[in-house]
Amino acid sequence: MEPDEDLGLIADEIYSNGDENTQRHRPIISSEQLDIEAYAALYSGRTKIMRLLFIADRCGNVSMQLEALRMAYDEIKKGENTQLFREVVQKIDGRLGTNYGSDPAWADSVDRRADLRKEKLESELNAYRTNLIKESIRMGYNDFGDFYYAHGQLGEAFKNYVRTRDYCTTAKHIIHMCLNAILVSIEMGQFTHVTSYVSKAEQSQDALDAITVAKLRCAAGLAHLEAKKYKLAARKFLEVGPELGNNYTESKVIDNINFRNFLELVPEIRELIHDFYTSHYASCLEYLGNLKANLLLDIHLHDHVETLYDQIRSKALIQYTHPFVSVDLNMMANAFKTSVAGLEKELEALITDNQIQARIDSHNKILYARHADQRNATFQKVLQTGKEFDRDVRSMLLRANLLKHDYIARTSRKH
Amino acid sequence: MNLNMNSMESVVAQIQGLSSNSSDITQLHNFLKQSEELLHSDFSRLLSSLAELDPSIHSLGFLYILEACISFPVAKEHVSELLVSVARFINSCSAEQIQLAPNKFISVCKKFKDHIFGLETPIRGVAPMLTAIRKLQSSSEQLTTLHADFLLLCILAKCYKTGFSVLEDDIYECDQPREFFLYCYYGGMVCIGQKQFRKALELLHNVVTAPMSTLNAIAVEAYKKYILVSLIHLGQFSTSFPKYTSSVAQRNLKNFSQPYLELSNSYGTGRISELETFVQTNKEKFESDNNLGLVMQVVSSMYKRNIQRLTQTYLTLSLQDIANTVQLRGPKQAEMHVLQMIEDGEIYATINQKDGMVRFLEDPEQYKTCGMIEHIDSSIKRLMVVSKKLTSMDELMSCDPMYLGKVGRERQRFDFDDFDSVPQKFTV
Repeated sequence: MEPDEDLGLIADEIYSNGDENTQRHRPIISSEQLDIEAYAALYSGRTKIMRLLFIADRCGNVSMQLEALRMAYDEIKKGENTQLFREVVQKIDGRLGTNYGSDPAWADSVDRRADLRKEKLESELNAYRTNLIKESIRMGYNDFGDFYYAHGQLGEAFKNYVRTRDYCTTAKHIIHMCLNAILVSIEMGQFTHVTSYVSKAEQSQDALDAITVAKLRCAAGLAHLEAKKYKLAARKFLEVGPELGNNYTESKVIDNINFRNFLELVPEIRELIHDFYTSHYASCLEYLGNLKANLLLDIHLHDHVETLYDQIRSKALIQYTHPFVSVDLNMMANAFKTSVAGLEKELEALITDNQIQARIDSHNKILYARHADQRNATFQKVLQTGKEFDRDVRSMLLRANLLKHDYIARTSRKH
Repeated sequence: MNLNMNSMESVVAQIQGLSSNSSDITQLHNFLKQSEELLHSDFSRLLSSLAELDPSIHSLGFLYILEACISFPVAKEHVSELLVSVARFINSCSAEQIQLAPNKFISVCKKFKDHIFGLETPIRGVAPMLTAIRKLQSSSEQLTTLHADFLLLCILAKCYKTGFSVLEDDIYECDQPREFFLYCYYGGMVCIGQKQFRKALELLHNVVTAPMSTLNAIAVEAYKKYILVSLIHLGQFSTSFPKYTSSVAQRNLKNFSQPYLELSNSYGTGRISELETFVQTNKEKFESDNNLGLVMQVVSSMYKRNIQRLTQTYLTLSLQDIANTVQLRGPKQAEMHVLQMIEDGEIYATINQKDGMVRFLEDPEQYKTCGMIEHIDSSIKRLMVVSKKLTSMDELMSCDPMYLGKVGRERQRFDFDDFDSVPQKFTV
């Protein structure tokens, strides 16, 4: 096989399983119990395995866990990652019958094949390097990267992908290198690398095709999400464009209306947002609550679900109170399906944070908007600033005098 | 002996003769300087010769003899008598004359203070010392050596109000850094006694940020109190120092006040029970620093702070709810706290005892009254005076030969060409 073709094939494979968000199917976001089979069908390759394992770890439901593990086992068998294989076998712990036991023969043969391949790659790479052909060396390293990636040695894979950088001759190569590096870094959870390689790829002179741009945006969005910069993340995800529907965007759609047109892909989210905008907060929050269990099973979103939910709830509360001069707490509690006392506590926190400008009449259970008196505030501020200036200048003069005397004392001692 | 007696008499005669006009007094001053040895050699005649002089007319002579007199060890039964005559002298002496011999005057006052400490009756010294400061000062901006002693007397006698009257003057001139440190530290304590926390904070801040080349105990103690007062007055404490703080202070102060920094952390959490247990466990440390009382004030200020926070969020709130949120024992105690705060003007509220509700109001100040406008006007005028002072000081500084000399020398190190622009005569 020509090396060029070989590379193309592997690259294709990486693309197809690579960037987690590049699914060509409708993502599963619904309030029903997650259908693992349908969910897993959306993904392929390594990410499928990782997602299945993640679900197995998190779902807390034995039958679901075993189902996920079974599928992960099947999937691993298609690949060459023996280390992961052993982990899964340990997790299954014989609960799925003899068909899903540790298969030493398979593992050994894969390992043996891997060793052979590694030797072959090494000798090839050495040959290229003695000949000093840039393109060949690049591909040699790339093959090594692919090899390590397939065997689950992510650190090594990342190193080899990055090494190709010195041998890149065209912008296309650089982007290829960046995408590989991004993929591996996402898997390793090293999101600082992701950001830097995304920006590197975006600096490329050639116009990028739509798919690549979308991939880069997704990667950047994920990096922002991990860094808890939700607003930036949402913006990046929105730039992804409808051809790559993705399941994270609902987290901050609140900020953007343009998004509506491709919400048709995920009807529940559409309902949710519709409710949010038409102020049916109770049903909106209900939808969210239903989704929560499944979102918690998402490999990237799970850490952030709680924070995002809190923020969405606060936002809803703020939006609800915004247009009114006074709000009856009983009615508001009804709208949010909560008790008055609980609502009072939530509002108190928001007022203390200065997110709502209002005060609570706890006696009559009414919330009154509060309009700051600009004039009084200005007077107060002016007097305060004056006092501070007075104090600062005086202590400054004092210090200056002390310094002066100290200096004189020292010079007079010298003479 | 005979000669001595004669000379003593002649000294008295000279004093009596040469106290009328300024040229005479200069002559007398020279004469007294020469006969100083004589005065210090014979104690027995001194007291009797004092009786022949009038402190208001013969102030300078009286001062010299008194100084000699007080430097001898005095028998305990005579001390009181001596102190009375010193106090009388301080009250009636002429400021002009004693300013000719400030060192003598200071040493008399210091001895006076020592004797008062010996008798453990600090209140006797407060009024005479205040007069002494006023007579010694050439302007109200000058810090004298007596300031610190006076403030210490005020603290011991608990005459905070008298002490505070001195602190109201702005001090700019001072010669001895030590005096300055003590003045600010004791001044801070006087202000704490008067509950003038803003002023106390300012004075303690001056100690902490004062230029210093080695760390001193005054600064350490001042920093501890600064933390506590900052918590009481502002409800928070920032551990970062201003840029102008000396590097010695920045590096070392925190190491010496660890329990206090922990206290401020615990205060920051806003949980009263946590703060109280922390204070209980560290009680001995605070007690040995004599700061326990202030620490207790920090704890009670937290209740106030939490109640004040409620006024931002609520229009009405029942006393029971206040007690729950602020962690007071019951509505009765909450009522006491709220009432106290209303009386102190710290919150604006009305209590409805019938249904146990508190109604929080907005600050009634509308900034419309004549009094307020006058207040603003006077503030503006004051600020103008202060900034003029700053400008004139800046000008003075840029003409100061010593400063220029120093700057010139430093600049030489970096750039030789620039050095020529500094006139030669300025390089000291």
